[in-house]
Amino acid sequence: MSKQVPIVDYLVLDGDQPHLEANACAECGALYFDRRNACARCGAQSFERRALAGSGTVRAFTIVHRAAPGVKTPYVSAVVDLDGGGVVKSNLVDVEPDPEQIALGMPVQMVTYVAGTDDEGTEAIAFGYAPADASHPENGA
Amino acid sequence: MTVSDTVWIIGASMTKFGRYPDKDVVDLGSEAALAALADSGKTIFDMDLMAVGNLYEANGMVGQRIQKQIGQTGIPCYNTANACATGASAVRIAHTAIKAGEARMAIAVGVEQMGKSGLLGGAGRAKGDRKVFEPSGRYGAVMSPEGVLGTGIMPGVFAQAGMEYARQHDGVGFEQFARVAEKNHKHSVLNPLAQYQKEFSLEQIMGAEVVAYPNTLLMCCPTGDGAAAVVLASDEVVRQLDPDQRRRAVKISASVLTSDPWTESAQVQPDVNTLTRQAADQAYEQAGVDPQDLDLVELHDCFATAELLHYDNLRLCEPGGAGEFIDSGGPWRDGRIPVNVSGGLISKGHPLGATGVANLYEVTTHLRGEAGDRQIEGAKVGLTHVIGLGSACAVHILEKPAA
Repeated sequence: MSKQVPIVDYLVLDGDQPHLEANACAECGALYFDRRNACARCGAQSFERRALAGSGTVRAFTIVHRAAPGVKTPYVSAVVDLDGGGVVKSNLVDVEPDPEQIALGMPVQMVTYVAGTDDEGTEAIAFGYAPADASHPENGA
Repeated sequence: MTVSDTVWIIGASMTKFGRYPDKDVVDLGSEAALAALADSGKTIFDMDLMAVGNLYEANGMVGQRIQKQIGQTGIPCYNTANACATGASAVRIAHTAIKAGEARMAIAVGVEQMGKSGLLGGAGRAKGDRKVFEPSGRYGAVMSPEGVLGTGIMPGVFAQAGMEYARQHDGVGFEQFARVAEKNHKHSVLNPLAQYQKEFSLEQIMGAEVVAYPNTLLMCCPTGDGAAAVVLASDEVVRQLDPDQRRRAVKISASVLTSDPWTESAQVQPDVNTLTRQAADQAYEQAGVDPQDLDLVELHDCFATAELLHYDNLRLCEPGGAGEFIDSGGPWRDGRIPVNVSGGLISKGHPLGATGVANLYEVTTHLRGEAGDRQIEGAKVGLTHVIGLGSACAVHILEKPAA
């Protein structure tokens, strides 16, 4: 198996249990995907790593048809409310890029896939969200 | 100098928005500055302060370069950058200086030259470079996340903001968003300063190329060039104006700037609502004005989805009632609260740094009764709103003084 790296550092590949991890404020629990000097909500300066759920619901989406050069269109971008806390943005996968096929509030489940390969054969693993009622055995990283 | 309780607009101007390949930001900014000064009956030699908003050349001392065209007098000159609230932030600097008694008169200029840059950006690796994944940036990204981990560029960001509202409120969807663009394109036909003055049917708008659903091409503002300027003055200066000039002075009843308070979802998707609501509420309180008192509003319709949200954020409709407000014709020029009678950013254009000054020009012109074919008859109170993603929100309330 070729070497794999996550597309961003808040995606933890962790074998067959890929998941997102955030910096959680030790005082108020506010979640951040990047490093913070202090919590933007309460000002506390200590954080702990927290694993986030893979399941959630679609809070908002858009279907992008016109994009920067090199970005494949159309694709569906969504903001997802994660079960148990946290909000994340990523693509919806395994859905038709058709507003009739996507429902606001629909349950989704995180999946991972190979988004690119570099010249040394290393694969970048990305995450997206698929409708929760479908099964996606082919989407394991 | 003494503290001024009230700050007034005594001069206002804007260039026609459009494309000026033969001019630069200094030409455009100087043109607007001189026109606003002429409109005020004052000159640059009367000004105690200058503030200039420009985004694309923010490190280029645009204000001082404009001074070299119109008059170098040694006054303090501030160059501001605050995304799409850049121009309004320059106005805020002039406003606070007069209010504090540090200036009697000040000029604020907003100017931008975007050319046909587009809003999609797009950097790329040079062909032939060896590609090796290396984590970089605050998220340790090994490749561009755009289009993989969703979208972070403007058409999609504002599309998602609109869809979030649609999820929360019944009766809001593609057609309501499209109706916003139908209105603003129709309004623009009366505004000779608008970049585009072309009417489109709802069918044409909904059938146009989709940029980021639900925003089609005709629901997105164009890029462009342009400038606007206002001359502000203290109570004392206004009292001493000759009667014809004093009659044209417009009172700034509220001037507010906010940034994002913490909200959970805004960590991944800009929240354009909370800071707009806070700015509006502060402005209404400062001015002692109720939203229902407004005769016209110029708000930040960078995309049609955005305008619909701001009906609610600016309290122009019942809470949750933005869909009903547009469906019932409320924001049309003959409706309950006319919104973007200039054509809005969608048709008038959106040269970033100029926008927040141009909307003050628009409302001032109506309050003076000088708006020609697009005049809202008897307008006495108006509100302007801009939002720069990141975020900064400015709201101003202007009033025609009692005769």
